[in-house]
This record gives sequence, C-alpha cells and structure tokens, in this order.
Amino acid sequence: MPETRLVTKRLHDRPDDSWTVDAALATGAYDGLRTALTMTPAAIGQEQVKASGLRGRGGAGFPAATKWSFLPEGSHPRYLVVNDDEGEPSTFKDRMLTERDPHQLLEGIVIAAFSIEAHLAFIYIRGEFALGYERLEQAVKDAYAQGFLGKDILGSGFDLDVVIHRGAGAYICGEETALLESLEGERGMPRIRPPFPAIEGLYAKPTVVNNVETLSTLPHIIAMGGDKYAELGVGKSTGTRIFSLSGHVNRPGNYEVELGTTFRELIEAPDLGGGVPNGRTVKFLIPGGASSQWLTGEHLDVALDMDVVQQEYGVMLGSGAVMVFDDTTNPALVAWRLAKFFAHESCGKCTPCREGTGWIEKVLYRISHGLGRPQDLDLLVDVGDGISPGVVNAPFTQTTICPLGPSAVSAVASLDKYFRDEVIAMCHAPEQVSA
Amino acid sequence: MSDNDRVKVTIDGTEIDAGMGELVIKVAQDHGVFIPRFCWHERMKPVGMCRMCLVEIEGQKGLPPACTTPVADGMVVNTRKEHVAKAQDAVLEFLLINHPLDCPVCDRGGECPLQDQTLAFGPGESRFVEEKRHFEKPIPISDLVLLDRERCVQCARCTRFADEIAGDPLIDFGERSGEMQVITYPDEPFTSYFSGNTVQICPVGALTATPYRFKARPWDLATSETSCTTCSVGCRGALQSSSNRLVRLLGVDSEPVNQGWLCDKGRFGYEFVHSPNRVTRPLVRRGGELVEASWPEALDAAAEGLRRARDDHGSGSVAVLGGARGTNEDAYVWARFAKGVLRTDHVDCQLGDGLPPEVVLGLPRATIPDCDRAAAIVLLAPDLKEELPVLFLRVRRAAEELGVPLVDVAARDHGLTRHAKIVIRHAPGGVGGLRDEVVDKVRDLVSGREGPVVVVLGRPSLAEPPDATVHAAAALAALPDVRFLSALRRGNVHGALDLGLAPGFLPGRVGLEAGSAHFAAAWGGVPDAPGLDAAGILESAVQGQVHALVLLGADPVADFPDRVVARRAIEHVEFVVAVGAFLTDSSRAADVVLPTAVWGEKEGTTTNLEGRVLRVSQQVTPGGTPMADWRLAGELALRLGADFDLATVSEVQNEIAGVAPAHAGADAALLRRARDGVVLPMHEHGDELVLDAGSLAITDASWEPIRPGTIASEEGHASNVGTGVVEATGTGSTTTVKPGLTETEAPVAPDEEVAAITSAAAAAVGDAPKLYRWAPVSDAPPAVKPDAYSLRLVVGRSLYDAGRVNSESPSLAPLAPGQALLVHPKDFDRVGVVPGARVRVTSGRGSVQLPLHPDRSLPEGVAFLSFNQRGEGAGDLIDIGAPVTDIRVETLRS
Repeated sequence: MPETRLVTKRLHDRPDDSWTVDAALATGAYDGLRTALTMTPAAIGQEQVKASGLRGRGGAGFPAATKWSFLPEGSHPRYLVVNDDEGEPSTFKDRMLTERDPHQLLEGIVIAAFSIEAHLAFIYIRGEFALGYERLEQAVKDAYAQGFLGKDILGSGFDLDVVIHRGAGAYICGEETALLESLEGERGMPRIRPPFPAIEGLYAKPTVVNNVETLSTLPHIIAMGGDKYAELGVGKSTGTRIFSLSGHVNRPGNYEVELGTTFRELIEAPDLGGGVPNGRTVKFLIPGGASSQWLTGEHLDVALDMDVVQQEYGVMLGSGAVMVFDDTTNPALVAWRLAKFFAHESCGKCTPCREGTGWIEKVLYRISHGLGRPQDLDLLVDVGDGISPGVVNAPFTQTTICPLGPSAVSAVASLDKYFRDEVIAMCHAPEQVSA
Repeated sequence: MSDNDRVKVTIDGTEIDAGMGELVIKVAQDHGVFIPRFCWHERMKPVGMCRMCLVEIEGQKGLPPACTTPVADGMVVNTRKEHVAKAQDAVLEFLLINHPLDCPVCDRGGECPLQDQTLAFGPGESRFVEEKRHFEKPIPISDLVLLDRERCVQCARCTRFADEIAGDPLIDFGERSGEMQVITYPDEPFTSYFSGNTVQICPVGALTATPYRFKARPWDLATSETSCTTCSVGCRGALQSSSNRLVRLLGVDSEPVNQGWLCDKGRFGYEFVHSPNRVTRPLVRRGGELVEASWPEALDAAAEGLRRARDDHGSGSVAVLGGARGTNEDAYVWARFAKGVLRTDHVDCQLGDGLPPEVVLGLPRATIPDCDRAAAIVLLAPDLKEELPVLFLRVRRAAEELGVPLVDVAARDHGLTRHAKIVIRHAPGGVGGLRDEVVDKVRDLVSGREGPVVVVLGRPSLAEPPDATVHAAAALAALPDVRFLSALRRGNVHGALDLGLAPGFLPGRVGLEAGSAHFAAAWGGVPDAPGLDAAGILESAVQGQVHALVLLGADPVADFPDRVVARRAIEHVEFVVAVGAFLTDSSRAADVVLPTAVWGEKEGTTTNLEGRVLRVSQQVTPGGTPMADWRLAGELALRLGADFDLATVSEVQNEIAGVAPAHAGADAALLRRARDGVVLPMHEHGDELVLDAGSLAITDASWEPIRPGTIASEEGHASNVGTGVVEATGTGSTTTVKPGLTETEAPVAPDEEVAAITSAAAAAVGDAPKLYRWAPVSDAPPAVKPDAYSLRLVVGRSLYDAGRVNSESPSLAPLAPGQALLVHPKDFDRVGVVPGARVRVTSGRGSVQLPLHPDRSLPEGVAFLSFNQRGEGAGDLIDIGAPVTDIRVETLRS
C-alpha cells in the first residue's frame, strides 16, 4: 500500500534539494498562493478550508476554519503564530517538513495570514532544530527576495512579514499559550483560558496558532479545492496525515497516508512500516504520541480516524506518532520512561501536574525496577484521578491548566486497562515497605 | 453600580446577588462560603496556579478554578460536592507530598494556611512513600527575608507581589517541574523596600523574616490594631507582642490607607522600642554631668528652668521644637502648655525640613483614595519611594493599573519617574520659574478627564528653601478641583501641625489671630503675636535670644538641614529640656532629660498625611519609668500653676474634639469606632467614615487581607491574628468548620448614624473660628546661576538612614546606604574626578570628605546627597539662609 503524498511530495521528488527555492519553484511552490490571492480572505477560510474539513495536525485536531472564525471581526492587529515546537516524544514530522520543505510551509503561512488578515507571522521553532532553522531562515530570505513575503506580495497589495523565533528547549512551549508566553519573552507557562488566543493571544491581540503540518497542507487545499481535498480520508477525518512510525517496526519513518488507513496497514504494509522485526507480534502501541493512551495488538484493524479512535477506544491520534512495542516489551518500563519525560517537562505552574507527574514517575520507577507493592497500581490510578478526574478516556478531563498533566496519566490508565494483571504480578514488595 | 451590572448566582444552594465580573471565589467569600485557596490574593491578579479552589459550575466542563472564573447571571456553583471535594483533597495531598511537615519548628505553624486548609479540606494522611525533594535551606533572598524552598508551595504570591505591587521584579521562578523554585537573579538580592509583605502573604512558612524568625509561636502572641508612625502614611497594622516584647507588625487591609501593605522600615522598625540605648529614667545635669533623678526632681527642675526664662526674659525667650513623632494627644497637650501656659508661639514641630504650615494647613486637602480617581497626579515632592513608601505603592498602582496620568516635576529621576506620563525637569531650586509651564501641561492633560487634580506636595530637596516649591504650588492651586496631598514625612507631623505645634497656629487648623479669643476662653490665654519657625528659633538662639528650649523628641543637630546653625543654637541656649526616648547629639547637651514612652507603649491617635486621625495602641509596657509626652506637659503645667485636669487619653481626645475646630465631633468614642479613622474636618468627609456598630471578636488569617476592626483590642491578652480556624473531627476526616473570614467582621453602623454624626460635627464647626485657608500668593524666589565649576546639590532622603527608628533597630541599621556623593558620569571630567574616589566637597557653608559614585539618572550639573546618613555629610554643607547649595568637588591627594 503506497503513501498518498501531498505534503511530502516535493521532499520525496527532490530528495537532494527540495528545501531550495529553485527546487521549490520548479515543483509548483507558491502556485497555491497565487490562486489564493485571487480569492477573498473569507473565501479561503470559510469556503475552501472549511470545505476541506482540515483539522489541526498538532494534536488536538480542532477544525482549522473554525479556529480562524473565532477571531473577533474588525479587531486589528492580529497575528499568525506557527507552532514549530514539535516536542512530543516520537513525533518527527514537522521537523521533516521544516528541514525539507520550508517553502511549502511559508506558502501555507502566507495563505493563512492572507485569509485571517494578519500582517505579521511568527514561526516558533524548536531550539534543537538547528538544520531546520538554517533552512527556514534561508527560505524566508529567498521568499522575501522573490516577493512571496514583504510588501505587496505578488502584486496583491497584501503585506506580510515573518519572524522566526527559536525556542529554548521546553516541551511545554508546544502548548499554544505557553508558546505565546515564551514568544513574549516570559517564562514558558500556559495561560489560563479564557481568554483564548483568538481573542487575546500574542501581546494580548487576536492570534491564530497553527501547526506546521496544518499550514503546509493549505497550498494543496487551495490548489486542488477544498471539496476535492475532503474526498480524501474518512468521515470527519479528511485528507492525509503524516504518521511518525517508530518502535518495533522494520521501516520506522514518516509516512503520509490517507486518514482511514488502519494501524495494521501502517505497521505492516511493505512500503510503509514493513512489519514487526524478527517475526514478533505487536503487544501494544501508542497511537498518537506520548500523551495518548494506548492500544494493543487486538486493535490493529482500527482505522486512523480521529473520531473513531476517540469515541470507541478512548485514545487519540494526537500528534500523529505511532509507537509500536512487540511482545518482549515490559509495559511498566515504557510507562515509567514516559512518566519520566512528563515529570521532567512539567512547567511547574500548577500543583497537580508539578507534584503529580513526579509522584507517578517515582512509583512507576519502583514498579518497573522490582520495588512495586501490590497496591501501587491502584495508587497510581488514584493519583492520576487527581490530575485527570475519571482518567481513562480521551478527551482529557483535567484539574490542571493545560493537558500536560493528564498526558502523564495516559500511560497509567493504559497499564490499568490492559496490563493490570501483568503489572500486579511484577509487584513483589511487601505492602508496608516504604521506598 | 446599576441593576444591569448585577447578576444572580447560586453558590452551594444559596442565591446571591453579585456584581458582574466579580470572581466566584470573592463572591462566595463575601457570603460566608470559604473556598480553599493558596495562590489567590484579593489585591493581586488571579493566576489559577495552585488549583485549590476548583469548583463545579453547572453546565461547564471539568472543574474551573473559582479564582479565575467571573460570575455570570444564573450561574450555579457547587464548592463541596463529592467530586469537587475529591479534587480539593487531591490538590492538598499533592501539595503535601514534598512538604517537609516540619510544623513544630516552623514560624507559620499554628497560623498556617496549609495546616488549616489541610485540616478542613485535605486528606488525613499521605500515601506518598518516596523520598521527598530536598533543597539547601533556608537561603537568604534579602537581608530581611529567608527562603525555605522545601516548604514552598509555588503559589507565586511573593513573585507576583514583587512584580505587580512593589514594581521590584527581583524574585521569580527558576527551574521547572518539581524543581521549580523561587529564585533571585545572580548577584542581585531581593532588595525591595516591601519585601516583608511577601512573608506576610506567604501561605506557608517558606518565607520567613529574619527579625521574627523563631521569636514566638502564634498562639503566644497578643495583638492589637494600630497605625504605623514610621512615616506619615499611617499604615494600619496588627501589632503583636510576646512576653511584653514587640515581635511583629502585620499590615491590616485598610482600603483608604494601605490596602494591607507595609514597607520594611515600618514593618520591622518596632525593634527600636526595645533598644538598650533607650533613656528609661529622668536625667538632670549636676556638676556638668547628666545623672539619674526621680521624676519629681526632674519635673521640678524642668519647670523651674522654663519659669525662670519666661519670668526673666519674657514668653518670647522660650521655644519648643519637635512633637511630630508623638501622638495627637501629646501634640495637643504640649501645644496647650506652650501656647496657653508658657504663652510662647515659638513652637515648631518641623525642623526646617518641611513646608510652611500655612501651605500644609491652608490648601484644599486630598485623600489617598483621591489618587485612584484623580484626573491626574502631579508630583511636586521628594522621592515617595524613599520617604512615603506605601503612598508610592498607591500612586504607582494608580498610574499602572488605573490609568491615572502622572506628572513628574522634579530636579532628578526617582522611583515614580518611569510611571510618569509627563516628565518636567528643572534645575534644583528652579521649579518656581517653570510654574506656568507646569500648570499649562496639567491643564491640557486633565481636559476631558474626570476627577480631581491631586498634587503631591512636599519638600523635594533640603538643599534649598521650600520657596520655589511653594511658588509652584500657589500656581497649581488655581486649577479647578485641585487637592493637595502633603508629602511631609515625619510620623505625626500632620497631627502636630493640626494641633498647633506650629508658629501662628492654634489647635484645629485655625490661625493664631482668628482663634485667639476662642482659645483664650478655653485655655486662659494665648500668645500675643505669631512666633518663629524652627529656622527662626535656632537663629534667634544663636543670637542669644532664646533662653529656654524644649526639644520635644527633636534632634536638630541631626535633622535640621543646617547642622552648623543647629549645633551653635543648642550651645547658646541656657536651659534645654529634652523630652525623648534616646540621648541624641542634641539632647546630650540638655539640662533635663525626660524619658518618654514611644509607639507601641502608649495609646492615642496619629494623623496621617490626608488628615486622617487613626488610633495607635499600647501593646507593651515600657521598661523603666518613661511617661507619655502629654502627661509630662500636664505635669509641667501644674508646676507652672495651670491644672489641665486631663487624666486619660480619652479625656484629651474629648477636649480636642471640643475645642479644636477641625476636630469637631471626633471624640474618643467615635475614634474607637471609626474603622478606617476619621478624616478631618469630619463634616467635609462624612463619606470616608465607616463605623463599627459594635465591639468585635477577631480575626482574619494573617496571610489574607486583615480587615480593619477585626482584631479585638482588649487590654492585655488580645486575640491571635491566626487563621482562627478549624476544628478537626479526627484523622482523615474533613471538618465542618471552615476558616472563617467574614463572619467575625463587625457589622457596620447604618448610614443614618454616620450622617447624624457628621451633621453634628458641621454644627459644632459653625460656631467655632473659621478653618485657616491659605491665599495662594507667593513671590518668585530669585534665580541663582551656578558658576561653571560648581555642581548644584539636591539633598533627599533614603528610606534607611541614621534616624533613631532605623539605627536602633538591629535588622534595619545595616541597611542604611551610607553617605556618598552621586553625580552624572559626564560631570566627572568637567570637575576632574574619577568614580569611586574620595573627594572633598565644599559649599559656602562647609567642607566634607565623601566617596563619589556615578549616577546616570541625575541630570548633568546636579549632584545628589542623601540626608542624615552616618558621619559628616549634607547637614554640613547646607546653609539654611542660602537659596540653593552649590558645591565644588576636588579629588583628595593621597
């Protein structure tokens, strides 16, 4: 089963120079923009993008056109902020798009900015993306030189400036309000909502924050038409998505497939994941990045449909990262490693996350290192309940400000749901022992 | 608020009428429902960090925090439903897992919001068996505040206070996740004048104050409500003692006065009360030495000396300096003694460092809350941050939060300059020449804006007379609805001025001539003619015309701007009576020293810079035999044949209310009930009067705003200012008793009673002499050109100085910055010196040696010196008779 390459077409077609302006222009870059500039801003957002059914590719899967529509009418200036702070463990698609097709991203940015009537866009790029930053910076220069950025873009009368801002290494800054804080020079911590960024975002002005893949998709929606784009995919999960496939698969990597493809196809198709190595079987998989709850080998035929996975299986496609674990894997050890990540990355702002993630990590460490007590799994679930009341299913409930805390509970909930007996069986420490 | 701005909300089943936009947590609290919280503080913006106040709002997803959620019409809030309680329980368990639980050795133990709320809302025991996190502890974050990072619950109250309220963003969070901690910046301690507030509002024992640390347990504290008299803002406070020693002053949240805040000097300055250097027994000079004497001996000697001067040389040969540090009762009885018995009008509570009394008493007055609603605030004053710190906070807030434009008229930049909308710079002593420009700019600025023009009027520099400032004020007085807020600094200077300790005035803001008949009738006589001010008295003394001088807590050698004149004057006076708590450079030369009780040791009232009369309380008994100043005056009067028949503070208060026109109606009974004090004259400020309808129990949590009037003030063992909270019903249970915040507040008297009281005051004033009004005319002071080699000196004050409160408080004394001459770096070349060098500074008056430091905030050609720092300095350079002080600077040859 082949990929359906829209967003990843150029970088595959021109593997040696796809990021250069020459290669980009030779392969149709900015054609979508030319078309877009002949439309009205409203037609782009509320006709094309709306018709396309495009949903955010960062994690939450919120319909892009709806997000844009929240901007208060007549309120200016307003800003477009590009979330290129991809930090979800095992997710590496935005990095690829930034490094290997920056012009596609810039084209998407101009289309989005034109549609929402923003004249200043900020790209918040993860600090570790050194190559991506270099190429993006060059691409911005070239785009200015070619008239795709700056004053009177392509004679349309539309002006747009782009500023690149490098992050400083905090996972939380991928959360949109923490990103805005960081962009303003403050400590990266999420804001209390409301107000939402569309009303009071960057510098208290109406702001749209969009993910790199979301924006990179826009040129294709304009080029092919929203309706046509919506024919791809399944149900309300239209179009294609890039899945970052990792773990126990023969061919880890980014694969762009139509939504609706099954996990089995993604993992096993010879030109996609190529199956589990050494003839092993899938024990469990994390379907949407480290924040998501897990599925097991039983669920391989579930379709990559944002709504179905959430409504029927309580998990999410999230950032589009699929981590596969074979039958040799100790799930408690995986849970501990994930918990360690979240405990380390908690920004510290709100109590349940700051304290709870660290607690979960410590208990999971004990369990996965032979010091677990029989009651520890129940304890973990109850601690998780203090962060994410009711735990268990996406979408998250939370006592926290942002979803980072609940993300750390996903692994605990999954252990309890699928591996309870296995986990309890590995807990040998007496009940009364203290660590 | 119109009906449209009201909404109906239901909280735990009770329907409540609330203002639109008010926060759920506040509305609930105002109606007796306490929603637990750590990070939320009424005086700061909500952040929703601690998650303790999660509630259910029907129809809304999840559990929103009550502190960030505004009420909306029809909203139904549940604060104690099972799943809400479970979330609250979880948050408390989270907060406790890494908390050291060292309550038995923690200053906060016993008054700790974490303890109390755990008892009321939290789990009985922890399920956390892992190693807790550890930090080095405590670490100093400033000279006065220590941080225990293990106890911290990361609520950001301290960091937000420092940033939002104090404007000193010197503490912040560092690290993240479980390692998140409050930090200072490298090599930059939390040197805020307001740092003590962070200790008070800390909901755990993470921040402790070095002066209080380990000094007492909360349940051993006796407390009374009082006013701070360190400066003239009069911040309300809860004064606490243990075993007859003052150990703590907490800010009380008086909306019109200090909104709960204190400066560090005020908060920790109580230490001076217990200084070993106090004079505790009377002293008389025998054989050239001051030796201890009995009270009758000392009083007889003092009375005899005063009588001899009066009888031999006439009333005009006796002078009284000082009185601005005592209570109103002290000031009044001394005024009656000086003017009614000694019949001298050479009486001045200021020491040549303030403004003419006719300006302070005779201009329309502003209140502190007027700043909040002003069309503009004009600063024609010294650096408020240094001299009146809590007024600085109020003006800063008005500018930053409430959008009131500031007009900064000064010779140099200061604490409020960066908040100013218009900055007008003038040469030192040259503001008079710019007065039309200032008036025009203010007029333009306020056109179309509502509210009064508030002019903060003080003495910007001691290196020049106040003439230029007065000249500018006279012009500003012509603006419509202009009101003046006096920025005189000394604790009760306004009370002393109001009560007649000023030349040409009698108690109650009446001029000597206008009030002469009235007071002659009341007192039996008054001086014939207006007397001299401090400068006049001292100069007259130098010329041998003052034969007896009373220093009423005054130390002219330290505080009079011209030290040469002050020193000579004291030397020349034949007979000096020093009334005070310490031996000073001035009082060491006295013939009789009468020790007095100080703040914290005596009851009474003080009047702040608004003219607001506020009660001060006695919390400890002084060591030795000091007396209240007013009793001394009565004793001396008796020895000179006048029996005042005043036995108690209340009797003094009632006499003041009866004879002093501005104080009409403000009798002892009313002063006891007026929650935020009484603004004088009362009949013009009825809207400021909030009366408690009855007596009170206690108390608020000290970490929450302490409401005025909520502290029982019975003699002796007053109630705790603890959380006054909860009873446990057993391990692991939640309790039914909530931390009671509002229930203990006394009911407020109805408006009709207030109206009756104010109209009675108006009637009383109607019969009395007219209150003094200044006709704002003044002559332009001469412009003096500096020569090319000179720098023109500005002399201001630093909060921490060599004054007694400061130097006798062990925690504060080391904070005085010391003496250094500051000049703009560009002037270094011109005068041929290098930074850091010791230089000789020479004025027309004298010459001193000082270190020299660069200061880019100064204009070129201007030098700055801080007044009353240890050692030689500004006082040796200023000539009280000169219009400006120009100095020359030369490098010392080594």
